[in-house]
Amino acid sequence: MNRMPTWADVILVPLVSLLLAAFFSAIVLLAIGENPWEALKLMVEGSVGSTYAWGYTLYYATNFIFTGLAVAVANHAKLFNIGAEGQAQLGGLGVALVCLFLPFPHWSIALIVAICAGALFGAAWAAIPAFLQAKRGSHIVITTIMFNFIANALLVYLLVNVLKPSGTMEPATASFPDAAHLPSFNAMFSSEETVRFRGAPANVSFFVAVAACIGVWALIWRTRLGYQLRAFGHSESAARYAGISPTKIIMVAMLISGGLAGCMAINNVMGEAERLVLNSVEGAGFIGIAVALMGRSHPFGVFLAALLFGFLYQGGAELALWASIPREMIVVIQALVILFTGALDNMVRAPIERIFNRVGRPPKPERKLEPAE
Amino acid sequence: MDLLTLLQVLDATVRLATPLLLACLAGLFSERAGIFDIGLEGKMLGGAFLSAAIAAVTGSVWLGLGAGIVAALLLSAIHGLASITFRGNQLISGVAINFFAQGLTVVIAQSWFGQGGRTPQLGDGSRFAGLTLPGAEALRDVPILGPIYYELISGHTILVYIAFLIVPLTWWVLYRTRYGLRLRAVGENPAAVDTAGVSVRGLRYSAIVICGVLTGIAGAQLATAEPAAGFIKDMTAGRGYIALAALIFAKWRPWYALFACLLFGFLQALELRPDLIQAVIGLRVQGQLLSALPYIMTVVILAGFVGKAIPPRAGGEPYVKER
Repeated sequence: MNRMPTWADVILVPLVSLLLAAFFSAIVLLAIGENPWEALKLMVEGSVGSTYAWGYTLYYATNFIFTGLAVAVANHAKLFNIGAEGQAQLGGLGVALVCLFLPFPHWSIALIVAICAGALFGAAWAAIPAFLQAKRGSHIVITTIMFNFIANALLVYLLVNVLKPSGTMEPATASFPDAAHLPSFNAMFSSEETVRFRGAPANVSFFVAVAACIGVWALIWRTRLGYQLRAFGHSESAARYAGISPTKIIMVAMLISGGLAGCMAINNVMGEAERLVLNSVEGAGFIGIAVALMGRSHPFGVFLAALLFGFLYQGGAELALWASIPREMIVVIQALVILFTGALDNMVRAPIERIFNRVGRPPKPERKLEPAE
Repeated sequence: MDLLTLLQVLDATVRLATPLLLACLAGLFSERAGIFDIGLEGKMLGGAFLSAAIAAVTGSVWLGLGAGIVAALLLSAIHGLASITFRGNQLISGVAINFFAQGLTVVIAQSWFGQGGRTPQLGDGSRFAGLTLPGAEALRDVPILGPIYYELISGHTILVYIAFLIVPLTWWVLYRTRYGLRLRAVGENPAAVDTAGVSVRGLRYSAIVICGVLTGIAGAQLATAEPAAGFIKDMTAGRGYIALAALIFAKWRPWYALFACLLFGFLQALELRPDLIQAVIGLRVQGQLLSALPYIMTVVILAGFVGKAIPPRAGGEPYVKER
């Protein structure tokens, strides 16, 4: 069978999947008596219509870049990391601990230390499921799900009993000291005449996320380790035969994956909330699955998909604010994207492949004899 | 701690274990047929929502139960379509179904009832009430056995009894019928089943249908059986995953599934009564530890420290008939 051209594989198939997801989302909106077109206009206005809106869209996109990359790196080694949610929660814990208890002279040093702490905690949380998969053969999907719940319980315990300042009711840490505050886009891009990104949470972490995309690209396609990772993902037995240690690849892939998920905390915990609150991740770890699937596990694809989900997330929040469409509509759209780009991929791909095969096939040689009428 | 308190905790255990048990058996059928199902949570949630909504609208709890089953079956059909017909990734499909149910139930509930994503309160006629078994009142005063019968065994809703009856039924179907043999075979070696002339697709779809029915009942139990009185946003609260954990804990066997679910139900019941633990062992046990315990125990089991949990061999892999 002929292969599809690359552009069809990386652009056309995800685009058709996306259109299908959008189509079904529109049906859901119609069913609850809303006008999908009006809803789309509201979403566009609310998510890219002003620098304020962009500030939110890019803030969410930053979260999703980190978790999307986390899922993508694991995907390359054919490991399905559902645990980005828990790993990002633990990353938040790491970031909160260094921000609260270390005195920093400047935010840039705080940022570097926080990246290390977040990555370390996230990676540590991924290390146990990775070890169990590599050494004991426990299915990584199940263990990472379990670790999400354990992380949640752990965070509730720590916030309620240990980290909460005395005298407050809310389960959250104290606010971070000023030196650990990251510059927001508002502070970075506003000139004296014009104020940009006023009140929006986007901050310098966005550029860290972009750097992480480039770093992951270089890692996957330009290093020996990345080659081993992909080889392992394509065929474990072939990789093993070529002398690649499965234990090493599983561990390394999951450590990087968990580290990336943990890094998300510099955006939501350090950049936005400036303290650690309960459920700080807000499902971004799961959206990372959708982002990685959409982006075909390529960092550039992840970047675009994260922007799209940032747009959906912020647009969805605006919908909840201005129209009577609940915020959960985003979850439905997210589910449809995961369904069509992930689970029903073959349904979308097969017909497109067939079309290409028909068009691309060389013309049949003329028959010598026409069948008699 | 006196007998009555103990019985109350055990009574709560039975009630809390029921949705876990139904979902666990649902997962058992599906996974024994080689279809991984992490969408149990979503199907339960869908079942819970539609059963409560229809019970509230029609006033009939039985119609509600039927509707809950239909909702779970529809979600099952998506899973079947993705994982059997289009040979997609079963795990991703399960994740999608969970999110789909989580979002859609609230969106529909909000537009239908306008109560912030919940269904209207169910009155006494439109939810499953506890059944008083024959003789429970009369035997109540018999020492020890009387209270056990009255408090623990009697007084549950019909769905609880159904759930417990499905355990031996599952065992019988799985190990004593031709269908069960084929079902187990298709989860271990689908090619052999195919060679024997039995439809792999048909068997797997049948398993998914059973899975849908059971998760639908589980959802209905959550939302429409006393003391529940309607659907609340995200009301499954991870029970689908606990059921999954119980399934692994039970190593995909029905009787063990019952015990695993009772154990996890007991932990949930204890979580509701932190005062009791303190009274008995003199230590304050964190509620978070209790809620995390099923997951921790499952990880330990999965790690193979307490016997190895080996899933059905063909689980998670789509079957390709010919190459």
